[in-house]
Amino acid sequence: MTSADNALQSNMLGDQPGYRGEKLAENIAHFVRLLRRAGMKVGPASIIDCLAASSNIDLGHQAEFYHALASCVVKRPEDRQLFDQAFHSFWRNPDFSEKMRDMITPTIGTDAAPPPVEDPLLRRVDDAMQPDRDDTPTPEPEEERIEIDAALAWSSDEKLQEMDFQMMSADEIREAEQAIDRLVLPVPQRPSRRSLPANGKGQLSMKRTLRRMASRAGLALPILERPQTKPRPVVVICDISGSMERYSRMLLRFTHALTQRRGRVHSFLFGTRLTHISHEMRDRDPDAAMRAISGYVHDWSGGTRITSTIGDFNMDWSRRVLGQGAVVLLITDGLDRDPNGALEHEMERLHKSCHRLIWLNPLLRFDGFEPRSHGIQSILPHVDSFVPVHSLASIGQLARVLSADMGPGWHDKSLAGWMSRLHDIQNEAEQPEGVFT
Amino acid sequence: MIPATVAELGESMAGEDYVLSDGLAVSLFLALRQSRPLFLEGEAGVGKTEVAKTLATLLDRRLIRLQCYEGLDINAAAYEWNYARQMMQIQSAGQGQLSSADLFTTENLIERPLLEALRDDKRGAPILLIDELDRADEAFEAYLLEILSDWQITIPEFGTVAAAAPPIVIITSNRTREIHDALKRRCFYHWVDYPSLDDELDILKRKAPEAGAELSHQVVHFVHRLRDEKLFKAPGVAETIDWAQALVELDCVAVDPATADSTMGVLLKYQDDIARIRGSVAAKLLAEIQIELAGYQRK
Repeated sequence: MTSADNALQSNMLGDQPGYRGEKLAENIAHFVRLLRRAGMKVGPASIIDCLAASSNIDLGHQAEFYHALASCVVKRPEDRQLFDQAFHSFWRNPDFSEKMRDMITPTIGTDAAPPPVEDPLLRRVDDAMQPDRDDTPTPEPEEERIEIDAALAWSSDEKLQEMDFQMMSADEIREAEQAIDRLVLPVPQRPSRRSLPANGKGQLSMKRTLRRMASRAGLALPILERPQTKPRPVVVICDISGSMERYSRMLLRFTHALTQRRGRVHSFLFGTRLTHISHEMRDRDPDAAMRAISGYVHDWSGGTRITSTIGDFNMDWSRRVLGQGAVVLLITDGLDRDPNGALEHEMERLHKSCHRLIWLNPLLRFDGFEPRSHGIQSILPHVDSFVPVHSLASIGQLARVLSADMGPGWHDKSLAGWMSRLHDIQNEAEQPEGVFT
Repeated sequence: MIPATVAELGESMAGEDYVLSDGLAVSLFLALRQSRPLFLEGEAGVGKTEVAKTLATLLDRRLIRLQCYEGLDINAAAYEWNYARQMMQIQSAGQGQLSSADLFTTENLIERPLLEALRDDKRGAPILLIDELDRADEAFEAYLLEILSDWQITIPEFGTVAAAAPPIVIITSNRTREIHDALKRRCFYHWVDYPSLDDELDILKRKAPEAGAELSHQVVHFVHRLRDEKLFKAPGVAETIDWAQALVELDCVAVDPATADSTMGVLLKYQDDIARIRGSVAAKLLAEIQIELAGYQRK
């Protein structure tokens, strides 16, 4: 900066207080835009909020300024780290109060670039600081996993219904996907504490009766009301590990259709770790949603660690998404590769914290399926229903379960058969020990 | 009188035995200065509700509390008509004598917390605490939007009731579900975290002075260690205070493994957590803090 510049600046700062406000406004606008580019949900109103807040605090005090901006733009604890990083990068002049006095336009991108950041979250701020870099990854064409089978190309819709997803050709997959997109599943309901007018039986509603009386000169029959119902939240936890590979794609499509049709669906994926994908699933275009997910799920077709992922879910998410009587759809084959074997314990906790737990298992397509693996034996006692999910028809079966009343005392009758089978197998296993002791 | 600077607010709150963290002090200060609601989110037992209570004492304002629950509706939150009284009026007046203007009057209106908060008060605008908003239905959040931005409630039969002076609004949530952005946008937001070691010692000194300095140090260090463990529900500040008081009741001057085990239920509220910590883990943590405290005292 030349001495002329310096002189000009000090003159303006000394004589025209408006200049300072203007520069601050400009900087805050830049900063909020930076946050938005970094992925935070901040609108233009945030700029006004920040300005109003900063006029109320002592600007010479860096911490106060930091907290003031934070309380205006950070509306979720997850955004805190992003905000911190952005704040320190943007207002990074070591002598902060000096900077606040100077109000030099921010030097985005022209300063020496900060060292590359490894953490993906921090990376986002880093990328957002470079305004012109086009960093949207070109979507890679999805790898075609299913080989085209000419012999099955004639398949009619009816045949498609019964066909195992694993056996489908690429065209059939596409057809099945469209069928899933059209799918309308019943919504499990729960009683609401609000009420609706009722005919016949119900409680007397003073409010409604009086309003009617007022409009009819005091003459009206009492109006009755009955409790309303409202949809339960649904939580989908879907296994995308190697053993589930063929089904994952279809089931994600299914999850997407479910999310689009219903108000509150929270979805999670897991292989070796848990990934929250509810936000991506809200994209109306199913293909765009699938691309978005494949972008940052690194677990595709790896091993399965059911115990630790269910444990993580219990710890971090259950209290946030399982309120209001949620129904959980657990989609997995139950083949756990987790060395730490507390699966039964974690399943018990999951079962106790949701309203109903429905297990969707593609392995049930085999007639001779037996609950023999350790994982399956640990999960089975803690579910309310056990449903196959390997074809369009079996997804239809799910409708039967979801439309059930699921009130207190509800249980899926078909589960009883599985439980007695499980007991037989466990007894068989214990028999030899009995001989020796 | 509303404090003029952030530091002053912090000091006067401390005078009422509430230790504000820096971030919370700024958010609260801004909320007071700009008459905007303050949205506090955080784990249970970190002192969210206490902010409103302390503020009411400090500013000598009336505290109006709306505890949210599932199914909370306008009748319970804002206003209700006194139907019994209206019925009697109708019956005693006879036919054709009453218009609806005679029925829907201020006397027949039962005010619930939200409407009450808009009413003038001799001591100044009241403090409205909307507690555990995450427990109410989403529909209720939408209803709050009009009140929180325009400070008015529209009653169809009656007209619009507007506040002369906007109340001081503090909303808390335990985050059992996400509150809609539209509501958060109207508020200053602060995530209330567990306090730092020194802040928590300060809190304990104020809230449980009967526990001596040594016991307080042990309690706070132990709780901080515990929060680093992977627990389903980490102990909050309320639990720290309860534990210190419990230990005093038991005449403990120092925490030993046996007492820690037998009083673990004061700190941890889940059987799984208790089973995990009780015994060897608790003993290990206690041994670690002994070493840490020896270093602390030498300083």
